This record gives sequence, structure tokens and C-alpha cells, in this order.
Amino acid sequence: MTRSSIAFWAGAAVFLAAVFVMTQVVGNQYPFFAGYIILQFIALAVAWSILGGYAGYVNFGTSAFYGVGVYASVFLVKAFGAPLPLQILAGAAMGALMGLALGLLTLRMQGIFFSIATIALTIVIETAITNWRYVGGAAGIQIQRPEVTAPFDNYVQMLFFVQALLVVLAVAISRYIQNSWIGRGLQALRDDELAAECTGVPTLRLKLLACVISGALMCAVGAPAAMYLQYADPASAFNLNYSVSTLAMSLIGGTAHWSGPIIGAIVLATTQQLLTVTISSEVNVLVLGVMLVLFVVGAPDGIIGLIARLRGNRGKGEA
Amino acid sequence: MTLSDTQPPLLRIAALTKRFGGFTALREVSVDIRPGERFGLIGPNGSGKTTLINCISGAFRTEPGTVLFRGEDITPLKPHQRTRRGIARSFQIPRPFRSMTVAENLMVALDFAAHEHVSVGQRRDTMMSILEQMGLGSKANVSATQLSQVELRKMELARAMATQPKLLISDEAMAGLSSSEVDEVLDLLLSLASRDITIIMIEHIMQAVMRFSDRVMCLDAGRIIAIGTPSEVMADKHVQEAYLGT
Amino acid sequence: MFSLDLLLDAVVIGVLLGCFYGAVSLGLSVSFGLLDVPHVAHPAFLVLASYAVYFLNEHYAVDPLLAGLLITPVFFVFGLAAYRLYYETFEKRGSDAAVRGIAFFFGIAFIIEVLIILQFGVDQRSVTADYIGKALRLGDFRIPYRLLVAFGVATALTVLLTLYLSRTFMGRAIQAVAQDQEALRLMGTNPVKIKQWAFGIATAVLGISGALLIIVAPVDPTLDRAYIGRTFCVVVMAGLGSMGGTLVAAIILGVAESIVLTMFGASWAPAISFAMLLGILAVRPQGLFGRRS
Repeated sequence: MTRSSIAFWAGAAVFLAAVFVMTQVVGNQYPFFAGYIILQFIALAVAWSILGGYAGYVNFGTSAFYGVGVYASVFLVKAFGAPLPLQILAGAAMGALMGLALGLLTLRMQGIFFSIATIALTIVIETAITNWRYVGGAAGIQIQRPEVTAPFDNYVQMLFFVQALLVVLAVAISRYIQNSWIGRGLQALRDDELAAECTGVPTLRLKLLACVISGALMCAVGAPAAMYLQYADPASAFNLNYSVSTLAMSLIGGTAHWSGPIIGAIVLATTQQLLTVTISSEVNVLVLGVMLVLFVVGAPDGIIGLIARLRGNRGKGEA
Repeated sequence: MTLSDTQPPLLRIAALTKRFGGFTALREVSVDIRPGERFGLIGPNGSGKTTLINCISGAFRTEPGTVLFRGEDITPLKPHQRTRRGIARSFQIPRPFRSMTVAENLMVALDFAAHEHVSVGQRRDTMMSILEQMGLGSKANVSATQLSQVELRKMELARAMATQPKLLISDEAMAGLSSSEVDEVLDLLLSLASRDITIIMIEHIMQAVMRFSDRVMCLDAGRIIAIGTPSEVMADKHVQEAYLGT
Repeated sequence: MFSLDLLLDAVVIGVLLGCFYGAVSLGLSVSFGLLDVPHVAHPAFLVLASYAVYFLNEHYAVDPLLAGLLITPVFFVFGLAAYRLYYETFEKRGSDAAVRGIAFFFGIAFIIEVLIILQFGVDQRSVTADYIGKALRLGDFRIPYRLLVAFGVATALTVLLTLYLSRTFMGRAIQAVAQDQEALRLMGTNPVKIKQWAFGIATAVLGISGALLIIVAPVDPTLDRAYIGRTFCVVVMAGLGSMGGTLVAAIILGVAESIVLTMFGASWAPAISFAMLLGILAVRPQGLFGRRS
């Protein structure tokens, strides 16, 4: 293992340990409710940027993958009373299949067609779920949580820890991809697809791979949400706000490095939590939209790009 | 090196036709490229040179017509599959990976197209030795967007070389360069050719074509109008008409 | 219960509805179809126009169609500015910038949505005019006047835009830009100026389209989401940039929606356009009347 790998895994272990200790020590439930949402967005943003950032294919369908994750759980709980790990695994499998299908359908075309197709996929699946009585239809469905198991004494605390695990998983995968031949190939095809092909990069296969991994992670992240809310309805599970939030967090954080989406998600999701509580959820979407537009226009490389530029300038100043 | 007609061709293009809508860019083009040959491809603007290159490298689908490489029919293959079989190219307008350094540009080629499985360290060595050969050793960690025109041309050739090709197609690698830079790039190509790499060179600069080529082919309006030694082709009536006439 | 009468009724309504869909897609047919701008905010602009019409109708009792006409100059200028910003920040910078261009328009769409909510609330809004709420009776058929008005205006708009693109100097220049920017540059014309003008026209048309949108049915701030599917479905099905094709494709969509609505009920309606869009992308991405092969 290289030194940066050791540092990374040490950091991940400290993070998980801290989260675990928090579940054992903190009694108040609110931090877990809010923290779960923030962790969820970190995982979504990291998953999104595997395709959207490294490969440069803008996915508007985060809500489709997230919603399918939610409803995969709803179905499994209702039909078999499946446990949480199985829900997450099934979600991931569904997400991988969806990613593959979507990719085969649209990744041969220009990027904009892919983007539009992802919105289309969201609405089509949402409509199908809305018309599926078994999982509650448009009215939604109540979910009964099972008994929580030790060492946790509250279900939300456990979900908080599970979501932290998903964050670590998503980040580890994203980091691995960035540092491997896969990441280099994706970066090459984002810069220039024809030149990448002529340099030996199997562009379609790599894009499909990115789409499958990204989709599987997003679905897996959505899976525990049914248990978190103890309720699911199509309009909220497939809400396009997930798409715009995830995309904004990745682009605002910066997609050139795996840490960008994490930074973006922490900054934005925290701001969103504060705004929703203190002002209104409309203002929170407005702030998100305005920041997204400002960043793509003014700081195309996101926060990490700004930091890099600041460092560069300081370095030059000192030299 | 001796060239003989009895040797099987490295590349065989047979009755290749390419249409865009109602416009025929290539008409029944057939030609054999011999192993080790230095092959010049000339013709007025719009005569189909780059289209032919795109058909060989796989950027365009061709129907009808076949492309055989080392005896294998590669017509249905995608560009990256052809690259892995040993066909590399540069682009008329350079297409570097802009978000990468020069070294990373070459690493893409080594990651995806190099034949043997070698360690990362060995790949870095290969990359550096190619950059040294191309006179880009000092530019390894420079962003591709900061290269001068001639450096970009060289980097494209270096990236193509990093795929370890048997056939290198150079698409106007000297366009827009000063005369001393033209000589520099030409010397590079000649030194590559001396190391067993077959080269197809598209060029407008006639001196360069004359100096470089064993054999020259001239296209006009999608047809071969002349093929032979450089002096034969230059003396050809049709070629002179194509360049001077309409 | 399903009868031939019902089907015929659905088809007639579908054709009228389709013409209306054509009218709201015309702008996108220019901006995305001809100019290759990934204009995901087109439906949001459309809903914004509807609210402008609503405002004029509610406070100054202006006829909705007249209101639509009145706001076209404003929308034209708005379009010029939007394209300039898009061009300077994205198109000029090349391939990677295109990715962020898509995100840019997506962000703009959400901003417009929220601004409308903050100004007008989340409730549905509608306009009043003599032709809204009444219907034409032909034997057993009952055709709402508002659909007939939309049909008439939509057809007129399509004809006008087709004539503009084929008969005027500027219109031909726009078509030429779509074909080959370089050729135009060689002729000494600035393709960016022409694209900006075309985007202005495409946005101005939205003034009228927005009026039709709120004449046909009440609007709410998030209506643009449904129209992403309808407008892109129409433009992609038509084959990018064909005006006549846009009308035909829109009629196909209108009839399909109308029939599904009659047979399966309203809960399936939102998915029709999106499902057709996915189907077209999978089977025939160049559209039915495509300019590209």
C-alpha cells in the first residue's frame, strides 16, 4: 500500500469510529436525523461524479436511481420482510441493471441525449410506481421498522452508521477509479472521445462501467431511506430535487478529484439543512440553483479548483 | 531494408467507398501498403485524404469495401480495437487530452494499448524514453494546453508511438510549422521509419513528401489518380491538373 | 367501456392537443434542433411566459393572446442575453464546457421554478377570456374553444416560422449556421451573431406559446417538468430542426396521449411523452424527418 492509501484508510477508520462513538454517546435524536441526510447526499454526490465528473456525462436521473432504491426496499420489506443488508444489496443490483440499460440506450449519443433520457427514465419509473397498488400507489405506504439490534439502541442511530459505511464504500470506489487505469480512460474520453478511442481506450465499455457503478451506488444509498422515513411515496422518492442537489454538490465541490463532491455535499447539504429549518424549503432550492449557476459560470472547477488556484498563487508569490 | 512485392501487405484497402448522404467522399479506393514502407498521401483539399485515414483508423464505418491489416479483416472493428492491433494516428488538428499533462497523455496510451503486461514503473520508463526521443523530455509534467504548436504535433506523434504501433498514420503533422520545425518533425518521422514502423504520411508540403516517401499516392475527388515513386507522381499529368486546375 | 366514438373523440382531441404541443416545441426546435444548444430550461421559460400572461390578464384584463404578443419583445431580448451568456461562458470554451452548459440550463430552470413559487405561490393559475370554458358542439362531439384557439394559433405560428426560415435572408442564414458554421464564416458572416438572433427568435416565440399553455389548461410552477418530456420528445421525434416535422411529431404525441388518457386514465399520462422519447432514442435517434443521417 502506498502512503496516501494508508492515510486514506486510516482517515476512513477514524471517521467510522467517530460515527460509531457518536451513536453510543449522543442521546438527542436530531443530530442523527439531520446527519443522515447529509451523509446520504455525500454518498449520492460521490456516486454521481463517477459518471458525471470523471466521464463528463451529466446525469439528471439521480432521483430515478434513488427512488428505485427506496422502492426496492419497500417491496422486499412488504413481500418478504427482508432485512436491511438485503435491501441495500438488492437496491445495488437493481441500480446496476438500470445503469446498464440506460447506458446501452444512450451512451453512444451526444451527452445531452443521455441527460434528457435520464429525466425521462425518472418520470417513467415514477409513473409506473404510482400505478402499482401493491407498494402503495400515489398515496404512499407506511413501513414498519423491525426491532433494532445491539449495539444500537435506536433505529435511526443504526441507519446513520449504515449510511456512514455507504459513504466510505462510495468514496473508496471513487478514489480507486480515479487512481486506476479506469479513471485515466474516463478522463481521456471526457476530454476527447475520438482521440481516446484512437489511443486504445474502449470508450463505450468504460462509460457503461461508470454508469453501472454509479447507478448501483445511488440505488444502494436510496435503499435505507424507506426505513429512515418509515414511509415512502413516489412523488418524494423520485423528486427531481435529488437530481439537482446531487449535481450541484458535485459540480460546486469540483469533479477533478474524488474529494470535490464530498466538500460540495458537506457545504451544500449543511446549508440546506439550516435554510430549510430557518427559512423555507423553496429558498433552499433557490440558493442551490443560484450557487450551481454561479459556479458553472464563474468557477468551473468548483471549490477544489478555487483552492488549487489560491495555493498556486500563494506559491508563486513566495517564490 | 529490402522491399519486395512478394511480401504480404501490412495493410490492404480493397474497393473502399465512403458516402456522406449524397456526397461520395471515396470511390472504390484500393491500395496495398507494404511492411516498412514510407508512404506519402497527397491530394488537393477535400480530395478524401483524411476520410481515408478515418476509414483506416476506424473513426468512420465503411460500406462497401474492406480493410485488411496483417491479413486480418478489421473492417468491423472499432478504433480502439484497431489501435490495439497496431494502427496509430495523429490528427490534422491536434486533439490532446486537455485536462492532462504530457506524461499523462502518453500514459493513457500505455495503459490501454500497450501489448505486454508490465509494471507501472516500467511503463513510466517507456513513456520517458519516448518523450526523450521526441525531444519532449523536459515537458513531461507540463499541461497539454501549454504546449506550442510544434510541441503539440510532437506530443501527438509521441502518444501514437506509445501505443506501440506497427503502422503510424501522420495527418498533416507539419501544417502551420516554420521550415526549421518542418525539418525537425520530418527527421523524427524518418527516425521512426528506420525502426521498422510503417508510416503513412499525409502532407501538403511537397518537399517533405518527396524527401520522405518511398511511394506516393495522389487522391482527387475520392479517386486514386496516380501512384508510384515520388518523381513519377509529380510528373503525372493528372496530378498537375488536380493541383493547378479547378 | 370502450367504443369507436370514444376513440374518434380521443383522436380529434389528440390532433388539436398535438398542434398545441407543436406550438410549445417550436422554440426548442430552433434552439436545440438547429443551434445545438442543450436548452433544458426551455419548458421553464415557457411556464415563465404563462405567468407573465397570467399577470397581465389578472391585473390589466389583457386578453391572453394579446398578452402573449406583448411579451414577445421582452422575451426576444431575454433570449439574446441568455445566448450571449451561454456562448461566452460555455460554447466558446469547447468540449468540456458543454457538460457544464447542460448543468447551467438545468440550474436556470430550477431558479425560474422557485422564483415563480416565491412570487405566485404553488397553486394553479388560469386566465379568463371569452373563448375559455365554452365548447363547440358538432353533433355528439364537444370540442372546447380553447383547444380550437390553440390549434389555430399553433398552425399559424408553424407556418410563419417555416416561412421565416426558408424565405428571409436571416432565416436562411440560420439554416446555414445549423449546417456548416465554417462556410458562413468564410462568407464573412459572424455565425455567433446569427445564432444569437435565432435564439432570440426561439425565445420570443415562447411568449405566444406561453399564452397558449395557460389558455389550454391552468398552470403551476412545476409544470415545466412535464413539458421537458413533451417538448424534447417532439423535437427529437421530428428529427432535429425540422419545423414541419415538429408539427407532425407533436400530433403523433397528442394523439398517443389522448388515447392513453381515454383508455387507461390520467395517472399514466405523465409517462407517455417520456416513454416515447426513450423509445425514439433507442430505435431511431435521428428522428422521423431528421436532417442528420
